[in-house]
Amino acid sequence: MSTRHNTLRSGPDANGHFGIFGGRFVAETLMPLILDLEQAYNAAKQDPAFAEELDELLQNYAGRPSPLYFAERLTEHFGGAKIYFKRDELNHTGSHKINNCLGQILLARRMGKTRIIAETGAGQHGVAAATVAARFGLPCIVYMGAADIERQQPNVFRMKLLGAEIVPVTAGTGTLKDAMNEALRDWVTNVADTFYIIGTAAGPHPYPTLVRDFQSVIGREAREQMYAQEGRLPDTLVACIGGGSNAIGLFHPFLDDPDVKIYGVEAAGKSIESGAHAASIAGGEPGVLHGNRTYLLQTEDGQIKDAHSISAGLDYPGIGPEHAWLHESGRVGYVSASDSEALAAFQLCSRLEGIIPALEPSHALAFVAKIAPDLPKEHIICMNLCGRGDKDIFTVARLLGEDI
Amino acid sequence: MAGQRIEKRFAALKEEGRAGLVTFITAGDPDPDTSFEILRGLPAAGADLIELGMPFSDPMADGPSIQTAGLRALEAGMTLAKTLALVTRFRQQDAHTPIILMGYYNPIYRYGTDRFIADALSAGVDGVIVVDLPPEADEEFCIPALRAGLNFIRLTAPTTDDKRMPTVLAHTGGFVYYVSITGITGAAASNDLETIASAVSRIRANCALPVAVGFGLKAAEHIAAIAKIADAAVVGTAIVDRIAAGHAAGHDAKRIAADTHRFVSELAAGTHAGQKDKVAK
Repeated sequence: MSTRHNTLRSGPDANGHFGIFGGRFVAETLMPLILDLEQAYNAAKQDPAFAEELDELLQNYAGRPSPLYFAERLTEHFGGAKIYFKRDELNHTGSHKINNCLGQILLARRMGKTRIIAETGAGQHGVAAATVAARFGLPCIVYMGAADIERQQPNVFRMKLLGAEIVPVTAGTGTLKDAMNEALRDWVTNVADTFYIIGTAAGPHPYPTLVRDFQSVIGREAREQMYAQEGRLPDTLVACIGGGSNAIGLFHPFLDDPDVKIYGVEAAGKSIESGAHAASIAGGEPGVLHGNRTYLLQTEDGQIKDAHSISAGLDYPGIGPEHAWLHESGRVGYVSASDSEALAAFQLCSRLEGIIPALEPSHALAFVAKIAPDLPKEHIICMNLCGRGDKDIFTVARLLGEDI
Repeated sequence: MAGQRIEKRFAALKEEGRAGLVTFITAGDPDPDTSFEILRGLPAAGADLIELGMPFSDPMADGPSIQTAGLRALEAGMTLAKTLALVTRFRQQDAHTPIILMGYYNPIYRYGTDRFIADALSAGVDGVIVVDLPPEADEEFCIPALRAGLNFIRLTAPTTDDKRMPTVLAHTGGFVYYVSITGITGAAASNDLETIASAVSRIRANCALPVAVGFGLKAAEHIAAIAKIADAAVVGTAIVDRIAAGHAAGHDAKRIAADTHRFVSELAAGTHAGQKDKVAK
């Protein structure tokens, strides 16, 4: 880490390490590409034209800034802390994923790459990648687990409309981790022309960093908006965590504000005890997968276990390396919410706020529901509402026994 | 001493004036006993060096054949400890054929790197290939392994340029493995022998170790072509496919082993192709 001791925001080190986490664990074939990407990203960061083009797209194409909304009826309902939503579900494509995809496609163009690949779980990242590929006229191949294709049909069709080719992945359990394996296999095969847009703040360095940087627009806006509306910082931040891109985006600009409590909410699936969950920190151990060292769900023999969550977007057996480090350093508290708690929060938010949230941030709301009632009325919670629930209505209908 | 088996084998091949055949099988595929039957007969069938895959749930550099082989082994209860036990058993009957373990880092990391190095050496393992440990991560496994006398065999790829080559070859032992295609195991072989030959000579210019070429090689004629330009040729997927076919047909361990060995001896015939050219070298 950096020699500055008064900041938690200076990571990673030159080799992409956040403490012992992160790094670059990839096959030699990919190493030169990853080093090229790092160089291109460092150059882009120095170039005002890059930031200008990205800002313009974020504003006029994605619809940023997303509003900071006082959820008055939920606040009344819980009877404690004041609850604010950072409304990233209002972005173009329906989630925070577009923030990162716009950044990465501009990098791809700078690097002269002509073919885009992406992995997706819930389909939100796949839709965002397909969207930016369409916008810039590049072919896009999205790897998606066969099981996820089954439960996220609306997003699959959306990607097709956007002109992407969806490749079903049947290897392993046919979910997000297998889709990521397959995308890496594609990349190692098509090294010359292909740019891999990773959707979460994980993977080999520099991905965790660049995804975080592109997502940090969420936290930067939230700070300003909170000052404008409340004249101060929030007391508590809450976001859901699969790989953790929306969470690190909200958290990072607040890491050096010691009075702001921060919680990441993992998916507890059926329950942590049952083993059927996606909570890498609560139920995992450090290991190496997909190019980085981080907390992973794994057996004693180091085989990766299947994750389980009602939410395809959280159904990943790992977590971004910066989260692993923030956990060990104690700066961020990692908690969890179960499938049924998320489902209850999903319904509550729909009825009380007129906002149908995605199942992913419904986990964050489930945790807010646990803490808000016991907090004083002047306590401010800012939760990242990182995606909208349109994609989930079929899943939720099935769980509620409704035939639609 | 572990390191010497590989050195001696390549010295003997040089004496004979031919290239070596490196055969890959996944440890425990399709089950531990059948796997041992296959393994024990490989030297007699013509394998000069043996690569033994350490099964992993998420083999990112492998194509469908080796992915499935790993899953078959894991379903049959294979673990890293059992892979090491397989080597121990093999060493009781063969003191000379080099054994190289190949796989991914996570199982080794979970096992404990120091414990793994010690147990691998005492089992009679000569070298290790860890696909997802590039030189940037040398401190944590490669250097301790080399220090202990366990060869860390490096993969170089078509994307490894002249600038990077010395970094890749800075800490290595045994031989250098040139991945002859950009792609995963089991993909189509490169027929661009000129490019492979020039990559092999680039490696030789940076490093005195023998060079093996692999990825995509499936038949004796591929081996024969590689034998003319490199010190050894590696075959994996084509062998693993034979094992899978025998297993799918319900054959018993002896028959699967015999079929596999027959195929390996066909491949071995290809290693003599370079004999004349080698003398001139």
